[in-house]
Amino acid sequence: MSFEDDLARLDAIARALEGDRLPLDEALRLFEEGVARLRSAAAALDTAESKVKQLVEEADGTLTVRDTPK
Amino acid sequence: MTQPGEAPESAMDVSMLAGYIKAVVEGSVPPLWVRGEVTGFKAYRSGHWYFTLRDAESQIRCVVWQRDTARMRAQPDEGMHVVAFGRLNVYAAKAEIQLSISRMEAEGDGLWRKAFEEARLRLDVDGLLDPARKRPIPRYPRTIAVVTSPDGAALQDIIAVARRRDPTVAIVVVPAVVQGDSAPASLRGALKRVSKWRGADLVIVGRGGGSREDLWAFNDERVARAVAACPIPTISAVGHEVDVSLCDLVADLRAATPSAAAEAAVPVRADVQAEVTRTARRLRVALSRRAERARGDLVRTQREFGSRARRVIEMRRAWIVSLSASLDALSPLRTLDRGYAVARREDGTPMTSVFDFTAGDGFSLVVRDGKVDARTIATRPDTE
Repeated sequence: MSFEDDLARLDAIARALEGDRLPLDEALRLFEEGVARLRSAAAALDTAESKVKQLVEEADGTLTVRDTPK
Repeated sequence: MTQPGEAPESAMDVSMLAGYIKAVVEGSVPPLWVRGEVTGFKAYRSGHWYFTLRDAESQIRCVVWQRDTARMRAQPDEGMHVVAFGRLNVYAAKAEIQLSISRMEAEGDGLWRKAFEEARLRLDVDGLLDPARKRPIPRYPRTIAVVTSPDGAALQDIIAVARRRDPTVAIVVVPAVVQGDSAPASLRGALKRVSKWRGADLVIVGRGGGSREDLWAFNDERVARAVAACPIPTISAVGHEVDVSLCDLVADLRAATPSAAAEAAVPVRADVQAEVTRTARRLRVALSRRAERARGDLVRTQREFGSRARRVIEMRRAWIVSLSASLDALSPLRTLDRGYAVARREDGTPMTSVFDFTAGDGFSLVVRDGKVDARTIATRPDTE
């Protein structure tokens, strides 16, 4: 699940909770999912400064990401 | 001993003369630029092009060999004024001189414009220019692939801007040649790799500014098609001022420069963090409101049913104990909203069972916006 998906889902969850149509058990379930997704989003943001990498095609056709030669 | 052709006895064969002409012409005239007007253009199935260049007084036959046509932007139109670079050849079978052209430009930008328009039309016919095709650019990409030259200024600009906005966003360079004859194939290869890899949330494809010739690979129809086929949203960033490239037209977003592309791609980290914090707050507030409302609903429900109807509560214990869907189902306001009605006795107590009704007796029916006076005609319990 990508950061983008997490945030989009969190927005949907917040909207659903803010509406008044939700049965309570559903609201609790969504809240729990929201907390999990907040954790995952926060973890994604919490990564270290990233180095610029290069996408390289190996001889056998597989693609790997390597540090850029400097 | 007389030289060939010097006397009737040493007369040349025609073929010898043709060979002589060929040797002299081809051996002594260097490749040169010629200016003239195109007439009688014909592209043969072999791939070679034949036409005549002329001016007011003279004309010369011209050929563009198939292998050289790829370098021409487009076929010249009848009457187009061109400058052509080529060498003189003699077609020995007819002792005819022709100009073998390897490069050609229309005066003004005729050929460039024509090539561009032709390719644009084909992309349009295939629906690739349809604005409805454009995908939204992800708002929070974590990995951005950059298809460009690893040595170009464009990459440095993109890295600098992206770093400034959010140093944790990963940038993966997909190296490509971005100018010259090998650029189109190289760009297509890089786009193919990034499509296959699928590790990026977003692809920026571009290069810094340059002459029209330098930028021409981004007007290559097949490169544009590769951009259009990319399964990941694309931003084109071909550094040029006025002209739009074919890649710009098919990309999901066009940025005027590589720096602008990075700005459009990478949100400022502080804003993203604020957004996450705001969302967390929204969740907490919404849930606590919902919980408060649930408590209120419960209190109301108990008051409504009262001690007299405790039996009903017992019977439907699951509804209340779970504090879940049953809360909603028991909450009169919410249920009525959905198009149900509540039957009540004169004293206001709800009638929820068929056995609460007696034929001939009156009761009132509460609907969303008022009450209805009603009378029971007959009761029909479910038979199990």
